[in-house]
Amino acid sequence: MRLLLPVPGERYHPGMTAKKRKAEEETPPPGAAKGGARARKPAARVTAEEMAGRQREISVSEFFTKNRHLLGFDNPRKALLTTVKEAVDNALDACEEAGILPVVEVEIRRVTERNGNGAAGNGSPNGGGAAAAPAGDMPLFAAPAAAAPPAPAPAPADEDEDADAGPKRRGAAAAPERYLVSVGDNGPGIVREQVGKIFGKLLYGSKFHRLRQSRGQQGIGISAAGMYGQLTTGKPVRIWSRTSRKKPAHFIEMHMDLRKNTPEITKDEEIPWDREHDTGTRVEIELEAKYQKGARSVDDYLRQTALANPHVTIRYRDPEGTETLIERAVKDLPEAPREIQPHPYGVELGMLIQMMKGTTHRKLKAFLQHEFSRVSGPTAVEICRRAGLAPEAWVARIAREEADNLHRSLSEVRIMNPPTDCVSPIGEGAVEKALLRERPGAFVHAVTRPPSVYRGNPFVVEAGIAWGGEGAPADELASVFRFANRVPLLYQQSACAVSKAVLSCPWRNYGVDQSRGALPTGPLLVFVHLASVWVPFTSESKEAIAHYPEILKEIRLAVMECGRNLGQHLSRQRRLADAQKKKDYIAAYLPHIVIALKEILTLDEKAEKAATRNLTEVLEKSRAL
Amino acid sequence: MAKAKGPRKAMDDRDRTVLAAVEEVARDVHASIQRKAKPELDFPIRALANVRYDQKVGYFEIGKRKAVRTLTVNTAKSFAQTLRMMALSRQHVLEDREATKREAYYISKNWDDAKFDEQPESDAVMDDIEAMFSVHGVNREMLRFKPEEHGGSVAGALTILDRRRNTGEPLRIDCTNFGSGAYTVPSNVEHLGFETKARFILVIETGGTFDRLNTGEYWRTANCILVEMGGVPTRACRRFIRRLSDEHRIPVYAFTDCDPYGFANIYRTLKVGSGNAAHINRFFCVPKASFLGVSPQDIVDFKLPTHPLKEMDIKRAEDALKNDPFYEVHPKWKMAVEHLLKMGVRAEQQAFAKFGLDFVMEEYLPAKLKNPGKFLP
Repeated sequence: MRLLLPVPGERYHPGMTAKKRKAEEETPPPGAAKGGARARKPAARVTAEEMAGRQREISVSEFFTKNRHLLGFDNPRKALLTTVKEAVDNALDACEEAGILPVVEVEIRRVTERNGNGAAGNGSPNGGGAAAAPAGDMPLFAAPAAAAPPAPAPAPADEDEDADAGPKRRGAAAAPERYLVSVGDNGPGIVREQVGKIFGKLLYGSKFHRLRQSRGQQGIGISAAGMYGQLTTGKPVRIWSRTSRKKPAHFIEMHMDLRKNTPEITKDEEIPWDREHDTGTRVEIELEAKYQKGARSVDDYLRQTALANPHVTIRYRDPEGTETLIERAVKDLPEAPREIQPHPYGVELGMLIQMMKGTTHRKLKAFLQHEFSRVSGPTAVEICRRAGLAPEAWVARIAREEADNLHRSLSEVRIMNPPTDCVSPIGEGAVEKALLRERPGAFVHAVTRPPSVYRGNPFVVEAGIAWGGEGAPADELASVFRFANRVPLLYQQSACAVSKAVLSCPWRNYGVDQSRGALPTGPLLVFVHLASVWVPFTSESKEAIAHYPEILKEIRLAVMECGRNLGQHLSRQRRLADAQKKKDYIAAYLPHIVIALKEILTLDEKAEKAATRNLTEVLEKSRAL
Repeated sequence: MAKAKGPRKAMDDRDRTVLAAVEEVARDVHASIQRKAKPELDFPIRALANVRYDQKVGYFEIGKRKAVRTLTVNTAKSFAQTLRMMALSRQHVLEDREATKREAYYISKNWDDAKFDEQPESDAVMDDIEAMFSVHGVNREMLRFKPEEHGGSVAGALTILDRRRNTGEPLRIDCTNFGSGAYTVPSNVEHLGFETKARFILVIETGGTFDRLNTGEYWRTANCILVEMGGVPTRACRRFIRRLSDEHRIPVYAFTDCDPYGFANIYRTLKVGSGNAAHINRFFCVPKASFLGVSPQDIVDFKLPTHPLKEMDIKRAEDALKNDPFYEVHPKWKMAVEHLLKMGVRAEQQAFAKFGLDFVMEEYLPAKLKNPGKFLP
């Protein structure tokens, strides 16, 4: 529920509720009202000075507070998933970067009013840190704290993945449920000074500024989760961390100042932390949420995470107390992805100019050779020649039009693909193992495509297919499991490049039924993984991969190769089944031919046996035809 | 063909023909197996393309084209079923028994994997066998598979020679002694013998007219045999008439309602059979039959009360004129049907009652029978 206190400078925005709009319309600016509907239109009688008074900086946190759907907090069910997802993604990234085989422990507990977990929330409704925020900010985000009269809660309207779970959808909603999400890992831990910034500051991270394959990109996720928790429950984020066996563990409790986008640490203690792992981090966030099993649930997400990360062990305890252990299927860490320079293909003009401004190299040839991936000396010279520029030209002197030419020639010259080892695919063997763990006994096949490039970013597509096996539904549409840098994508399937590519494959050629415009039908699981130094998502909530033609093509090729293998498998199966059927046929009907002949011709036993023998021989010969 | 002879105890020629034919087919199959070749069965093709109207014999006959069914894995089931059905037929000939199609279907339930799941399957195999043996001069009744329905009623100057099944004791059935009832044609008539001095056989469409002639003992006055078909004649009825007329060289006169159904369905089926079952026509058609009445001209001559033709009648008549080779080879029939269509009416056999119940016996039939040469062919 969005409370209705207007923000200065805010006149009208899409998220505005009807009530607010009405309130505004009923109190028109003085002097503007001369009766009639026309006069109600906000008259442009505001001076530049007045406007200037309203103009002010918007903090990132404020922006995301209003646009939480951009980050995956559209409704309580999705909020729970996003929180778990961000924490797990961070845990895995940290473990892998430190070269540790990850063990991730996830626990979700339902919080009832009485056993309120953190001490901070019990007394003052908004907790320590949040209380510091100006009152004008808070109400934008639902904060049904204890003090407020039972505010209508976000309705449980999340059966439909794209539903906007705004409060207007249901009149009298049930009291919102609260859950405590706890995610721990055996990663390297976080040094004490960084904890606050990592968990308490939006757009703070290690992954944004480099071209390297990782799960997180922008440094928004976990802090947004903490912020959501704080806004819905008033509870602080709690972090445990230890960076070495020899050092003590830290326990930190903190709030976020939404306006300043800074953490406010309320507790910072050294504590004993009894754990099987030497190092590691644990984060606890309490939030308003809804737990539900099934598609797009936390359970589903963790299962799929295990599928794309066969080297990970996951321990999971759901709100009902059921514990699940998914043991790793492979014992090797994936090869560490390497950071790379941009590749000339697809570098945009603006980015090129930016790079020319920022380079330390003074001459054009050196600039091209050292700031780009896969540009050798001769290649650099060739690029210059095509652009009509001297290789010795000063980078700083290159004019706007010349940069334009340079940009064009970058895409014209034939250049090697970027190095493969900067992206780390799961590997065909590991994907097949993971698929077999998911669907024991299935026919599986996986393909890792050679790396390709979109917009100067190398990427690798992997596809896997599982047909049949335990737990495979027989006559339903195929399940498509999508992954980007090993992270499962659970929402917006239809908007995703993966779905488009899978739909466009000629499944019927592989012996699989497919209705027009629909996914193929059968006990089929399609697995698609896109690994890249920069995955192009359609939005910041990272739910769907954008439709770059290069990416679509690679996905299609990978899935089609799997499909061809499936087709061969299916036709082999059919042949075997046919052969068996024929064998059964012979066994079933041959005796009757002999019986009939024996009756009609009164054959003796010897003749009967000879007939049986010959007939079998004749029919088995015909089987080979 | 078997001659008319008395009831028998031992096997007769007809049965010996059947056994020989069944054994010949089985022997061919067995010989192929001994040679380690794929056994084959030949079936005349029953498609209309392989059916022609033989003007000389006067009915539709199946052509010479044959389909060969080779034993492969895919045909193993029907191959086995065909042979077992033949074995069953042989057994019934030896035991002098017969089974209805439905009974044969149930007997197959003892055949494990080769059993028929539904009767249409066994009927299809039976049709195959019938077609296969029709070229040996053997029909389904001789193979001891009898149809469910029996074949109409008989009264008049005829003694039927049958026998008791259990004892073989001969039976003489005098068809003048049924009073107001009649002899019922059995579903299998192959074993019957006949004694008669009748001048003709009058084949009647409706039970009402048959009763009228029977109770009036018309058969005595006219020295004839009355047969009631009850609509389109059954196999047994047609076979009965055919054998009776063949063996005693008695002409057959048909007496039906004057409407397209009476012409195109009842009379035509009696005389030339149907294109669909061309392989059996040689046993069942009565090509010597001619049409006594009621003809379209009779409506005019006798001023019969009529009903307008129904839409269905018109369609049936037009269809027959257009597609039926029967009307091509019999221009007189063509004219008659056109005449009827032009009048746009139909008349029933029992319409003569308008002139008195005995009019048909006393006036109409004698008048017509003066000139059998003028009957429609």
